[in-house]
Amino acid sequence: MRALHTRLQQLFPLGELTEQRPDLGFVTVPAAYLRPTLLHLRDREGYTHLVLLTAVDWLEDGQFQLTYLLSNRSSAQDLGLRVLLPREGASMESIHDVWPTAATYQRELREMFGIDFPGSPRLHEEFILEGWNDIPPYRRDFDTLKYARANYTDRPGRETHDPEQHMKQQLYPDGA
Amino acid sequence: MDFFAPDRSQYPAKKPDGTLDIDLASGKYLKLWQGPNHPGITGNMSVELTVCGDEVVEGKTHVGYLHRGFEKLMERRSFIQCFPIVCRICVPEPDFNEYCYAVAVEDLAGIQSPERANWMRALILEMGRINSYLMYLGGQAGALGLGVIGQWTTYARDLMLDRFEEMTGARIYHMFILPGGVRDGLPEGFEQRMEETLREIESTMKDVHDVMFHNAVFKKRTVGQGVIDPAWLDQYGVTGPNARAAGVAKDVRRDQPYLVYRELEFEPVIGHDSDIYTRSDVRRRDLLMSVDLIRQILAKMPRSGPLIADMPSMLHWKIPRGETYVRGECSRGEYGYYLVTDGSGFPRRVNVRGPSYTHAMALLERMIVNINISDVAALMVSLHTYPPEIER
Repeated sequence: MRALHTRLQQLFPLGELTEQRPDLGFVTVPAAYLRPTLLHLRDREGYTHLVLLTAVDWLEDGQFQLTYLLSNRSSAQDLGLRVLLPREGASMESIHDVWPTAATYQRELREMFGIDFPGSPRLHEEFILEGWNDIPPYRRDFDTLKYARANYTDRPGRETHDPEQHMKQQLYPDGA
Repeated sequence: MDFFAPDRSQYPAKKPDGTLDIDLASGKYLKLWQGPNHPGITGNMSVELTVCGDEVVEGKTHVGYLHRGFEKLMERRSFIQCFPIVCRICVPEPDFNEYCYAVAVEDLAGIQSPERANWMRALILEMGRINSYLMYLGGQAGALGLGVIGQWTTYARDLMLDRFEEMTGARIYHMFILPGGVRDGLPEGFEQRMEETLREIESTMKDVHDVMFHNAVFKKRTVGQGVIDPAWLDQYGVTGPNARAAGVAKDVRRDQPYLVYRELEFEPVIGHDSDIYTRSDVRRRDLLMSVDLIRQILAKMPRSGPLIADMPSMLHWKIPRGETYVRGECSRGEYGYYLVTDGSGFPRRVNVRGPSYTHAMALLERMIVNINISDVAALMVSLHTYPPEIER
């Protein structure tokens, strides 16, 4: 993993390698260098399998992290490429031509995080949500509880117990 | 490998952006929904077909019928509270969710599970694999009109559920694998009852082999149908039996051995024709390999030793900032959990990489073109997809 990172660093301005396990590493790539890095890894280094593409919302830093996880079956190693994007108007280059299956991931990320991938096929077709008019629901600032209270009504005759109070009542019935 | 080259002159032209130019008003094409309530659909999803005569010209997978936002729900729960959620992401084979999630938490928290727990985990995962394959075989035969196979395999699966019940206390959602180990060891006399169950399953599988795999209708409708080109494996992220039936021995148990698979003797089952028949046959043989693996595990596993690592109370865990990915080979292919932590008592992000995500979306939409309407169900089932993995 270290050797691969050294080779890649000679070609692309990569960040430090985080070695989670001997067979799994993560490295940060500037958004503009993602595509050449992916193509190099796929065509020259044998990382031919796109395991997943997903996003992490770092709300406090005002950033989205996109993680492209690639796998090399012959060397049994995985490399995760992290791309940090500003949360406001987040947009990233599409890689559906590198791996056709990425189009599905990008469609989901557009819907769930509101990250735009210009040019990706069927990007604006609804993936899971129908007629959604709130902020993208997988963002950290989307409050599921508040949304549910605003849009749905409770069934009458239903009791809810706060788990902490309930356990206290069970363990110390006389309120000790 | 020779592929069937269809006569595209009858089909709609492509627009510059690659989509098909389908004029529904011409009366030549018809929209047809298969699902969400349809006997020929796998679980709660649907396929929007555009047909010309009885041939499919375009298919679009629609999911979202059971979306509960599992990944989002987990961000509001402590690490141990996520357990009742993760197992529900795949109903017929929930144990892989527990295993991958538990190991991801262990990996970030620096916990080492004891050896005996690893043997128990491997045993549970192989038992779950058998259940999942039995369900698949019933569905695959049912999609082609052989209803009786489903009744036989349900019987065999029920026997395995009994073994699960006596071992874990639950039949479907076991919640038995925890970060750090497993909840309990084997009950008394388990080995003998398991051996009886395995013999019964082998006997059922012999009948299934005779009746399903030698059936003229089944062969006629599946041989040469629904071929996955080996070149698509990397493009579409195809893993598991779908890849092995195409002649590529992709098996995480062999490629990146986890748990105790280094100490077990097995060879990944592969096929070469890559059609529906081969995929069914690969799964049938893989099921029998799991039967053998369970025998090996029961013979080799230690009977004493700790089952769970020494850890602080799970109710108050805070895990340092980090990210990891853990994978295992489930009955459908590579199952993985991507877990990000931020130093708090809750996961920052959990992403489930289910094999159905790629198989039922991009791959199915590619394969469904030019097949007959009556073969859609068989093709879809042959990819062995479970919708909750797509819409976590």
